Amino acid sequence: MVDIQMTNDKLQMSNNNSKIKIQELSVYYNSIAAVKKVSFEVKKNEILGIIGPANSGKTSFLRAVNRLNELYPNSKNEGEILLDGKNIFTEIDVQMLRKRVGIVFALPLPLPMSIFDNVAYGPRLHGTTDKIKVAEIVEKSLRAAAIWDEVKDRLNTMAAKLSGGQQQRLCIARTLAVEPEVILYDEPCSGLDPISTFKVEEAMRVLKKEYTQILVTNNVKQSARVSDRTAFFLMGELIEIDETKHLFTAPRDKRTEGYITGRFG
Amino acid sequence: MKKLSEFIIEKLIFLSGIASILFVLLILVFLLKEGLSLFRTVNPIDFITGTNWYPISDPPQFGILPLIIGSLFVTFGAIVIAVPLGIASAVYVAEVAPPWLRDFLKSGIELLAAIPSIVLGFIGIITLAPFLKSTFNLSSGLTAMAGSIMLAFMSMPTIVSIIEDSIASVPKSYKEGSLALGATRWQTIYRVTLPAASSGILAAVMLGIGRVVGETMAVLMITGNAAVMPTSMLQPVRTLTATIAAEMGEAVSGSPHYYSLFAIGIILFIISFAINLSADMFLHRSKKKFKVKR
Amino acid sequence: MIDSKVKEKIAFAILLLATIIVIAPVALVLFVVLLNGLPALSFEFIFGMPHDGMRSGGIFPTIVGTIFLTIGTALFSIPFGILAAIYLNEYAERNWLTRVIEIAIVNLAGVPSIVYGLFGFSLFVAFLGFGSSILAGSLTLSIMTLPVIITATREALSAVPRSFREASYSLGASRWQTVRNVVLPNAIPGILTGTILGLSRAAGETAPILFTVAAFYLPKLPGSVYDQAMALPYHIYVLSTQVPNVSPKIQYGTVLVLVGMIFILNIFASYIRMHFRRKKTW
Repeated sequence: MVDIQMTNDKLQMSNNNSKIKIQELSVYYNSIAAVKKVSFEVKKNEILGIIGPANSGKTSFLRAVNRLNELYPNSKNEGEILLDGKNIFTEIDVQMLRKRVGIVFALPLPLPMSIFDNVAYGPRLHGTTDKIKVAEIVEKSLRAAAIWDEVKDRLNTMAAKLSGGQQQRLCIARTLAVEPEVILYDEPCSGLDPISTFKVEEAMRVLKKEYTQILVTNNVKQSARVSDRTAFFLMGELIEIDETKHLFTAPRDKRTEGYITGRFG
Repeated sequence: MKKLSEFIIEKLIFLSGIASILFVLLILVFLLKEGLSLFRTVNPIDFITGTNWYPISDPPQFGILPLIIGSLFVTFGAIVIAVPLGIASAVYVAEVAPPWLRDFLKSGIELLAAIPSIVLGFIGIITLAPFLKSTFNLSSGLTAMAGSIMLAFMSMPTIVSIIEDSIASVPKSYKEGSLALGATRWQTIYRVTLPAASSGILAAVMLGIGRVVGETMAVLMITGNAAVMPTSMLQPVRTLTATIAAEMGEAVSGSPHYYSLFAIGIILFIISFAINLSADMFLHRSKKKFKVKR
Repeated sequence: MIDSKVKEKIAFAILLLATIIVIAPVALVLFVVLLNGLPALSFEFIFGMPHDGMRSGGIFPTIVGTIFLTIGTALFSIPFGILAAIYLNEYAERNWLTRVIEIAIVNLAGVPSIVYGLFGFSLFVAFLGFGSSILAGSLTLSIMTLPVIITATREALSAVPRSFREASYSLGASRWQTVRNVVLPNAIPGILTGTILGLSRAAGETAPILFTVAAFYLPKLPGSVYDQAMALPYHIYVLSTQVPNVSPKIQYGTVLVLVGMIFILNIFASYIRMHFRRKKTW
């Protein structure tokens, strides 16, 4: 029975525009469940916003999608995440996965190298050694992250010298340089000023054409601005997921409404 | 997706990791190989408790008690000097000294650690021994006391730095709580900080003992050369370590004398193993106590 | 009733006195050695060969021997030490094996230097048949120096922020790629400092080389790794205790050269530490 179900799902995935399918996913830290049996799907080329109060499990969920939580020895997963029909935990090599699913962290994390080397780091890892090709990729990525004009004359300076907002866009460029299919954002604008936030959100809209994006944010208004669909997490569970305009104007669940209107969280 | 080169180097990394265990075992094996041969001809009890160490007489006698007592005298004397001074300096450097002085003092202690033991032994022969000779009216200043004084200073950097670290890991909240209740800095130090750092202090003392017991050249040069049962600190003695250094050159390979020196080596190995293991456990415990975030 | 403030002042004064006593020997040593050793230094002394059973001439072969031994120690202990530290910090899980390795390292660090001498003699000189040689001496010294290098490297690796590793992994890097490209390059200053300090200690050791390499009077330079060699620490030992009628000038001069070499290495290590602390890239 289960086999037929799974085959049906896989058929469905190749038919419709589902990019990632999460099935009964639970994430444990030290035997405490941070994410509890969550199931939904992420569509190709959409921006999916995930909102919820602290400890709702949204970051734990996000880090499971590129298996980054495996860096911590106390964490465990149950359930499946399918990327284009393949289970990321069992059927895809973890390094390959992280190339296909990139992440932008909450605090900008430039590597301690020059701007150029930061962006070139990824492609070089995966085997691109031709100098011209690398330079092309670096320029393309910096442009796509809307920061090329600001750094094109100082590619060899240390990335740490950029401002916070610039560093964050550099990190987006770095992620783009490995040519992923999915980009995860973990509260990417939490440390940024409004103008930098605006620029990051602009970049996300442009990137929609080629990438599927998942945005975890504490800022409810940001999700309202930027995402196509929004999911509401509470205490590790998925409470509601819907098109953004529906969720924000007529949420189905009382708890969703309570959070959006600021009554808690 | 692992390339061959990455596979090889990760194997090398693992091998290097376990190499330390290998080397410890190797040392033990070779010591045992030669040392245990002694006990074919000599009773182990006689070896450890015998009071006569005459390895080159005929017949040879291999009682190492005088050497053990010699090591004990020197070690005990060194610790008696080093621990109070070490705690006092560590406290001063960690809690009392103004920043500019602190850096200077820490460099001074680091420099003390950098001086090779042979140089300290040399300086000891030239300055300390004559000083003791004239102060106590002895026929020679090469005594256990000279050894204790030298070794006290040699072990000081180890003791001071460990106690310093322990004091630094005592949570600020303990200190602040005490000061907030009106205690002076000094009262806080001896009533709150030092007791809290006690495991670290204990570990420092143990590692200091280990350092002293294991020292060879300086003791060899300065404690005289009398492998007889000492009765006071102002007599020449012979330590376990000095014996090996002094006699290995003369011992014929494969002779009981040769084996006896390795047997002494086994004893030294066991002593240092026990000391270092316990010290490490104390340090581990003191680190866990405060859950130091690194 | 003595005021507690007064008690504090007295206590602090005593503490200061204790600290001064602790560092006093450093001043004493430097003073005595410099005062008596400087007159002995001359071009002839440093670069000349010894004559007359060491009673005159220079100590060049001794210096060369110490340099060779130090290089040999570096060659063996540095690669394995760094790799072992990488294993412990970047690869090993917190299980019993790791704990055993750590205990083994603590013990290697605590084994008395003379026991290393015995071990080196029975393994390298006798069992493996290298004879009393630079090879045997270097190998012995490197096992002794290994714990120092491992500890220093581990500290340097731990100082690299975890976030850099995360960023590297998130781009799809493997563990070795992350270590090689992100962690190691940023740990190099710390590793360098610790290594130089470890080597300077090895250069000053006498007991491990007593029966594995050292000779007292070899008026020619060592030609291969299988040769015996003279070395500064051993030289000082013999000059001070076994050779009658040696001019004190030669004794002090030799001590000054050894102390000078070690001093230079320590200064170099401190310089590296300070230089890179200023240039910190994060």
